Amino acid sequence: MAATGEAVLEVRDLVKHFPLTEGAVFRKQVGVIRAVDGISFDLRRGETLGIVGESGCGKSTLAKLLMGLERPTGGSVRVCGREIADAKGADLKRVRRTIQMVMQDPYTSLNPRMTVGDIIGEPYEIHPDAAPKGDRRRRVQALLELVGLNPDDVNRYPHQFSGGQRQRIGIARGLALQPQILVCDEPVSALDVSIQAQVINLLARLQRELGLAYVFIAHDLSVVRHISDRVGVMYLGKMIELGRDAEIYGQPAHPYTQALLSAAPVPDPDGRERRGRIVLQGDPPSPADPPSGCRFRTRCWKAQDICAQQEPLLQLRPGTWHESACHFAQVHDVMPSF
Amino acid sequence: MSDTAAPRARHAKHARSSGPPSKPPAGPSRGGRAARGAKPAGLWGDAWQDLRRRPLFIASAVLIGVILLMAVAPGLFTSVDPYDAATCRLGDARQAPSALHWFGTDNQGCDTYARTVYGASNSLLVGLCTTVVTVVAGGLLGLVAGFRGGWPDALLSRVTEVFFAIPSVLGALLILAVFRTGTVWTVTFALAVLAWPMTFRIMRAAVITAKSQDYVVAARALGASNRRIMFRHILPNSIASVIVVATINLGVFIAAEAGLSFLGVGIQSPEISWGLMIADARPRFLEAASPLLFPAAFLSVTVLAFIMLGDAVRDALDPKLR
Amino acid sequence: MNQSTPPFPAWGIPDPVRGVTGTEPLLAVDDLHVEFATRQGTVKAVNGVSYSLNPGETLAVLGESGSGKSVTAQAIMGILDAPQARIPRGRIRFRGTDLLRLKEDARAQVRGRRIAMVFQDALSALNPVFTVGSQIAEMFRVHQGMSRRDAEARAVELMDRVRIPGARQRLHDYPHQFSGGMRQRIMIAMAIALDPEVLIADEPTTALDVTVQAQIMELLAEVQRDSGMGMILITHDLGVVADVADKIVVMYGGRIVENALVHDVYRTPAHPYTKGLLESIPRVDRKGRELYAISGTPPNLLDMPPGCAFAPRCPYRQDNCTTEAPPLYRIGSTRGSACHYWREVLDGSHG
Repeated sequence: MAATGEAVLEVRDLVKHFPLTEGAVFRKQVGVIRAVDGISFDLRRGETLGIVGESGCGKSTLAKLLMGLERPTGGSVRVCGREIADAKGADLKRVRRTIQMVMQDPYTSLNPRMTVGDIIGEPYEIHPDAAPKGDRRRRVQALLELVGLNPDDVNRYPHQFSGGQRQRIGIARGLALQPQILVCDEPVSALDVSIQAQVINLLARLQRELGLAYVFIAHDLSVVRHISDRVGVMYLGKMIELGRDAEIYGQPAHPYTQALLSAAPVPDPDGRERRGRIVLQGDPPSPADPPSGCRFRTRCWKAQDICAQQEPLLQLRPGTWHESACHFAQVHDVMPSF
Repeated sequence: MSDTAAPRARHAKHARSSGPPSKPPAGPSRGGRAARGAKPAGLWGDAWQDLRRRPLFIASAVLIGVILLMAVAPGLFTSVDPYDAATCRLGDARQAPSALHWFGTDNQGCDTYARTVYGASNSLLVGLCTTVVTVVAGGLLGLVAGFRGGWPDALLSRVTEVFFAIPSVLGALLILAVFRTGTVWTVTFALAVLAWPMTFRIMRAAVITAKSQDYVVAARALGASNRRIMFRHILPNSIASVIVVATINLGVFIAAEAGLSFLGVGIQSPEISWGLMIADARPRFLEAASPLLFPAAFLSVTVLAFIMLGDAVRDALDPKLR
Repeated sequence: MNQSTPPFPAWGIPDPVRGVTGTEPLLAVDDLHVEFATRQGTVKAVNGVSYSLNPGETLAVLGESGSGKSVTAQAIMGILDAPQARIPRGRIRFRGTDLLRLKEDARAQVRGRRIAMVFQDALSALNPVFTVGSQIAEMFRVHQGMSRRDAEARAVELMDRVRIPGARQRLHDYPHQFSGGMRQRIMIAMAIALDPEVLIADEPTTALDVTVQAQIMELLAEVQRDSGMGMILITHDLGVVADVADKIVVMYGGRIVENALVHDVYRTPAHPYTKGLLESIPRVDRKGRELYAISGTPPNLLDMPPGCAFAPRCPYRQDNCTTEAPPLYRIGSTRGSACHYWREVLDGSHG
């Protein structure tokens, strides 16, 4: 699935600040949460960009911004050349046909009072010109078949399905409008271990068959590596490293990426006593009050004075072949080859 | 926002790994049923399947059915028409229950059984009408307030707080005093004015819960209009709790009607109402208890039946037990 | 494959350091059955589970939701939901005493003091209206009758021990004022307050981020090393298990399907379910290819298939699998597999 062709998604300097308010009646702004603070990347047709990061790093907000569910404070998101950052009404609705999403929790992402047929068919009701009325049922059944479910299940309700099957229903709904981009926000992390591989395989097959581009947001590093062509690492609202999967996993240059990779438990007990592990101290700082300069400096073992004064930009650094945002970026192999 | 995203992620992770001990069956049973040919049924369908097997539901439904029938067709239960003054003979006042007068007679010599049967209609009418008005008004306002948030919500919430501050008996007395003459409609009006804030609150809370659900986010991502989201996604998922409370309230309204009629500001003679009958029988209760006890018993049983029904419906709709 | 002597105590072999008498393990679950009465019928959540734990040992119980791994732990703790849950059969011997035969007050003496538990969701396990200091101190006041001042001093000590920065200042903070990782540390502090002999950690890091997870697992390992207690780690994460466990019990559908020393399981799984789980992990050399995926869905506890619970999803299935429930076959001295065809699974040939 090499990244070929034009960019279907262009994100530039994307910023989302949420106001922090006090008081019930007369709201007073007392600060901002910098959930996403200047993120840029491209996504090409048929490509998968993995986004990893810990809770609070802004990756879910990023997904909402890409979907036009939140209005950005600044920056731009172009989907197939159309700007959605300030799009409204019919324009925004048109863009939604090219970018859709798969949500994390299959138990809450399907309306329990609607049948599977109604859930997957709802996109056609919202966009009546996407499919002629008489054809909708057939299309819904074709979608069910595409995601590996029985087309006769249209009259069933979500609670009659297992978690993995529900996630397939959610994927079918996302595909109904034949989008070019699918934003997957932790699509397998709510599933049982033995079911995760099924859904990952399904997503990979759909990408091959339909030429989809994925933004794949997850905290499971091995899953992201398996499915991604490129990987971006986020920390406190910033993209701190971005590169091809082999570069990020094989030659991480940012200390945070190195710590993240080395902290991931390896499913192989052999040699565990000798495994060098970087255990970070403390928790990530609050996005309401991020550190000056480099946001990782408070937990970084390489931090110098310059890190507090000057913010490192995401760029190519000497001795590395991909972009990273660290003044002292240095390739360091930490991931055992499992 | 990143702060709200994190707990959700955690919640989902929580769902995957085994939860409290009462939960383990939930996960697999969801899946297992899909494989075999379970009949398509929504939550309402499932709730109905569940209700049919509950003795509490069956008992309360039968009772309510009988009382409804009394209200609609009292002639089926008694051949005496208590609205016909000729059926009362003062000479027969305060008779004990007998084969002729099953519940005895009251101070005017009217048949207590016939009057009790005919009283059902006014009581039920007040209960039903008040419930419909509170559900429609409180429900719609709650839907709007919960969905829109912002100033409409703040305004409506403050208004309901004012209503909650009014002692309900006093409030009803005041409203009815304005009308001077009490009828089914004025009592309904008084009760509905005082009771809609409760429905509003419940609806608003349910809507706010439903609004943040992922399926609403998914619908928004598909480009669904606010109207579609409100009526297709949020309303069906928040109406259940309102229906439960409405069922229970129906009983409460019937009791309230009796109370107001008893106090003399509710339904007035010559109309028949259980509260009125109790009030009439009260001064000479020691001489003749039956004209007071029988309507009181009917009242209690009816109220209880609705409360039991509401309980049964709540249990059947409770997704936690499903 | 068992020739290499692992540096861990094997089943039932006494640990000389702690001087266990005879071959009695610290904790032994024996043929445990747990049922839940639900509206839809009786759910057999645990069906004949046996495992044992020695001092200083880490036993990982691996399984997905509905496998019965947490229910077993709750049975050991004696915190099953009383009216619905029933234990029709089985024994839980703690230092030779069957906990299930103890009276409730004797049981309460064991619970929290000698066998302690750490839960997944620290926020809901801690009481939101009391300060963390008072909750930790309560352990000492209730169980050891300490004075308030002494108990608080001990609480500060404990919070230091689980490395909560500024313990003394944070004593009077409420649970919601701490981050997820810090709350989990507080839970661990409360669990180890009374020097328990067994610590049950039920998905202790599932709700946490990777970097925080590493901190917590390191803390648990350190606490265990210092105190020599036995630890039961309940998880679904093959990575966490590989990092810390000495031996492992794999559960599926309320039964143990495989038990072994941890190295054996990862090198040569002896049950198709374990093998499937291990093969479905994305690995770098399989990138771009389809992942191995166990087909089908986990079983419905209300309606278990006859015979082997895993049979409907199993690539090794033969006719007798759907009729005969496999016993836990012994393979060598340290492992067992509940599969009729464990030899084929070990050989790696698909039957």
